[in-house]
Amino acid sequence: MRHILSNRRAVVIFLAPALVVYIGVIVVPVVWSLVYSFFQGSPALGFQFAGLSNYRHLWTDPTVRQTLLFTIKYAVVLLACQIVFGYLLALFYMFVLRRSSTLVRTLVFFPVVLPPVAVALLFNQLFAIAPQVGPVNSVLHLVGIGPVDWFATGTGAFAVIICMDLWRSAGFYAVLLYAGLLDIPGEVIESARVDGAGGLQLVRRIVMPLSKPIVIASIIFGINADLKVFDSILALNNGGPGTETTPLNLYMFQTAFLYNDYGYGAAIAMLITVLCLLGTVLVFRSSRRRVGKA
Amino acid sequence: MTTRKPQRHGSGTLVAGLSRRTLTNVLIALILIIEIYPLFWIFTSSFKDQDDFTTKPLWSMPEHWNFSNYVTAWVTGDIGTTARNSLIVTLVSMVVILLIGSAAAFALEVMIWRGRSSILMFVIGGLMVPTQLILLPLFTIYFKLGLTNSLIPLIITYIGQGLPLTVFLMATYFRAVPRELFEAAALDGAGIFRCFFSVGLPLVRNGIFTLGMLLFFSIWNDLLVALTFNAKPSLATIQVGLLNFSGQYGEVALGPLLAAISIIIFAMLIVYALINQRVMRGITAGSVKG
Repeated sequence: MRHILSNRRAVVIFLAPALVVYIGVIVVPVVWSLVYSFFQGSPALGFQFAGLSNYRHLWTDPTVRQTLLFTIKYAVVLLACQIVFGYLLALFYMFVLRRSSTLVRTLVFFPVVLPPVAVALLFNQLFAIAPQVGPVNSVLHLVGIGPVDWFATGTGAFAVIICMDLWRSAGFYAVLLYAGLLDIPGEVIESARVDGAGGLQLVRRIVMPLSKPIVIASIIFGINADLKVFDSILALNNGGPGTETTPLNLYMFQTAFLYNDYGYGAAIAMLITVLCLLGTVLVFRSSRRRVGKA
Repeated sequence: MTTRKPQRHGSGTLVAGLSRRTLTNVLIALILIIEIYPLFWIFTSSFKDQDDFTTKPLWSMPEHWNFSNYVTAWVTGDIGTTARNSLIVTLVSMVVILLIGSAAAFALEVMIWRGRSSILMFVIGGLMVPTQLILLPLFTIYFKLGLTNSLIPLIITYIGQGLPLTVFLMATYFRAVPRELFEAAALDGAGIFRCFFSVGLPLVRNGIFTLGMLLFFSIWNDLLVALTFNAKPSLATIQVGLLNFSGQYGEVALGPLLAAISIIIFAMLIVYALINQRVMRGITAGSVKG
């Protein structure tokens, strides 16, 4: 019977389709992209070898600097909000609502499955000033603040972007962290209570240290997802005004398909890849070090 | 989700208990308003006509429930066509990914041969590749192969993208199945294909369902790949269609745009209402393990 499970022909039949598609769609294009980044041009216009000029351009291009900084700012601010709000919601589910949390959990999670494009267009209307004044500006008007043209300034647009993506993802992080909180043995919490720990102290001394692994996992997942932001901003305001809220991803897309410069687009894609890897490594290492100290 | 016994709190007085409950209710109300009001607003507004928008206060209910916005959205936005495209792309990709992905995971995890663990690592490494990195070469490939005038580029790209996570998770699920089951089946005369289709797959069906959902939502909601390979309006997916629709009518007719967004949101609501508990478990499972 051993021989059945190590039947070579069967291994090939099972493995070949997936491996062929994987190599064709992921592995070959990754290498090809690396090659592209040393060329200039597009499939329609033809390619010329450009040496390191794309990378030199990457270094000096003010738009790259701006979009890179924006991407990092967006990822850090959003991630902080996602973890804090997600954690607060998870604590709320766990210690306040307890068994009756299912309905609230279900409702708060719903935006997670919505298409980012639809959510972005919805938020565009919520914060709109023209052609119709949206609900947010109407509420502000009630408390005496004049209508704010959210999308006219980089700061305003950034605020809307953070609100939108937080609204869309808070339920996700809440459920993720809630699952982590459920893994804390009930006896540990019970005995801490018996010893007189209550409320905030219980959360700070017992729950937070014990839920650290899931928080780290959420941060690693989040940093990768947030650094890749694309669709929600494209549909909300297309990175405006100007390029003030354009993330690297959107800039890469525009470079390649609007300005037809595949080589430079590939170089920007390389930058995005390095950024994601750096983010992951950074979180990983700092979490290790802190665990080591504790 | 595991259930646990309600934990007791320190003995509080009745008053403290009451104000605590009020606070809880206020918090619940606040959370629900933030989550639900935007959806409620877009739904009611989608029935308003141009007059209602300009002359009535924003929170007023529509004067009469007119469906003309929906008709306009459906006809000019071509939601029927884009929804059909999205459905074809999503379902075909999903089924193929699940089939070839779990077959590969079976070969890599259950079957015994040299080099299987390094190939598993090689495939899982794909989880680190961002989509942007593969788009441009893929565009060239599809262009050269003359595939750009069809939905095939989308389907192939989604399959390639979904494989690393699928192989990884399916391998984890197969690892949990006792190997003796396969050996017993083989002893009873089952061939390797029966071992896979009649023993392996049924045992990991929960995992397949979970992954299927994860894939469904990520492909259905995707914009980046769909926009890159979109050649013409009749091949647009629902997300691309919605984006173009807003570009076309953003300034002019608000009603139809709101109706289009509503259609898409409430279609998802129906799917979600049917399987929400499993959706939550599935979507979060993919992220922690991946």
